[in-house]
Amino acid sequence: MANTQSMCTSFMGQLFTGTHNFGVGVTRGSTAADTFYAALFLASSTINASTTAYTGTVGSVAMSGEVSGTNYTPGGTAISSWNAPTATNSSATAGVAFTTPAANVSYTNVTLTTAFDAVLIFNNSQGSSGNRPAVSVHTFGSQTITAGTFTLTMPSNTTTTALLRLSTT
Amino acid sequence: MATVFTTKGDMDESLLEKREGVVDNDHEYTKWVEYWHEGELVHRSAHVTLKQAAVWSDSEVAQIG
Repeated sequence: MANTQSMCTSFMGQLFTGTHNFGVGVTRGSTAADTFYAALFLASSTINASTTAYTGTVGSVAMSGEVSGTNYTPGGTAISSWNAPTATNSSATAGVAFTTPAANVSYTNVTLTTAFDAVLIFNNSQGSSGNRPAVSVHTFGSQTITAGTFTLTMPSNTTTTALLRLSTT
Repeated sequence: MATVFTTKGDMDESLLEKREGVVDNDHEYTKWVEYWHEGELVHRSAHVTLKQAAVWSDSEVAQIG
């Protein structure tokens, strides 16, 4: 037998479920899954890896740069559920943890006349109103919607295509 | 006949001009559809399938440090 230096595969998966806390962290009120939202952002806005939070208030106050229009609510749409976070490895030092929303995200009968090209996923269960922690930004070709539906279809929940992936190589 | 929700309410599809398009690249697969009535855009929907995931890997971290 021999020991092998590695980040434990299970640890990467547990990063998605808040199992570990190396610093002064949040106090979780329950063991329930958090609620995540998907908000749309104008092509003229600047959201990226440096974005730390959704600074609007879901249902009432839009964040700077967020779309606005008929039947669109600040904060966007709740992501109804996620696939259970999964972690796997191909060797002692190469592994990946991943998860993807279990359903597509739709904005129905909206009119969004100013071009938008990004969605910000954020955690509406942590932080506080006006400061909800950001998760990820996903971009696409610029769109407008007129009395129609905008749908984000999620990729397959696999090691190579999942919406959110943490990996060691 | 199919009806389409438009800026003018539900309209019979036969009264509208339909335009469709697809964007397919490494980043996304997007289908859009527009309905026009007497030269006016009265409906536009889009369906985006995301292809590229948000990934954090140690190889990318190495580029930082």
